[in-house]
Amino acid sequence: MKINVFVTPKKNVLDPQGAAVGHALESLGFKGLKGTRVGKLIELEVDAADTPEFRARLDQVCRDLLSNPVIEDFRYEIAGK
Amino acid sequence: MKVAVLQFPGSNCDQDSFHLFASGLRLPTRYLWHKETSVGDADLVVVPGGFSYGDYLRCGAIARFSPVMAAVRDYAAAGGLVFGICNGFQILCEAGLLPGALIRNASLEYRCVTCVLKVEPSTDTFNPQMLGNAIRLPIGHGEGNYRIDEAGLAGLVANRQVLLRYAANPNGSLADIAGIRNERGNVFGMMPHPDRAFERFHPSQDGLAVARAVIATRFPEVLRRAS
Repeated sequence: MKINVFVTPKKNVLDPQGAAVGHALESLGFKGLKGTRVGKLIELEVDAADTPEFRARLDQVCRDLLSNPVIEDFRYEIAGK
Repeated sequence: MKVAVLQFPGSNCDQDSFHLFASGLRLPTRYLWHKETSVGDADLVVVPGGFSYGDYLRCGAIARFSPVMAAVRDYAAAGGLVFGICNGFQILCEAGLLPGALIRNASLEYRCVTCVLKVEPSTDTFNPQMLGNAIRLPIGHGEGNYRIDEAGLAGLVANRQVLLRYAANPNGSLADIAGIRNERGNVFGMMPHPDRAFERFHPSQDGLAVARAVIATRFPEVLRRAS
């Protein structure tokens, strides 16, 4: 199955990259911008069944490696089951 | 008093750090490749600067899972002395050996400059009496912006874990923090480079006293063999 893991800076953590992209959007005349945050998308392709045990393992690697809980949040979408 | 300098793929200050401890402090020093599973008889483990694993994912995130880091974790848990410089500091934060995390500089620029740093009273040997109120050390990083939550920052201050603060903040770091130690006082980390500040041709020679102050926290005899 295919898993998309989205990692984003925590809401209360400064995001210098997002701020810079936001400024650029404003200078392009993009109106009404209220916020810009830059995160990353990690695409996984895994040969496994979507079981509670698998979800627990996935949560674990998201916390331990794919994101840093001090500064980032993560969520994932499972597709192509 | 034996020193081991870790080497990861992408470390690039390993030789500078080796030179600081071997020539600057005249201590028996060796390299320790990241595939090693033991730190051996080391009394100090140095995690040097660079771009381990190309800074992929997050700086320090992948180095943290190298075999040697499991050994460093056990060694630190047993009270062993660990000193991370620049990328080494980032790795120690990722590994959970130091609190907080380092993110992109607020300016988004890579900053390469000699900084004035205020010395904080942290340990019996790392304090303004030993080092002076202010020192100068070079920085060279794009991700030195220290972050920790409010409770974490209060804890750092209450336990005197802050080692150095920038006099003029170059990266947006919270509370101007440039270096910290763990609560127990055996794991040290800083973004500035003492390994680039001890030779005559360096912009400053304060790095020697900084390295000595870190070591002396556990091994006071290092102060008696000042070079």
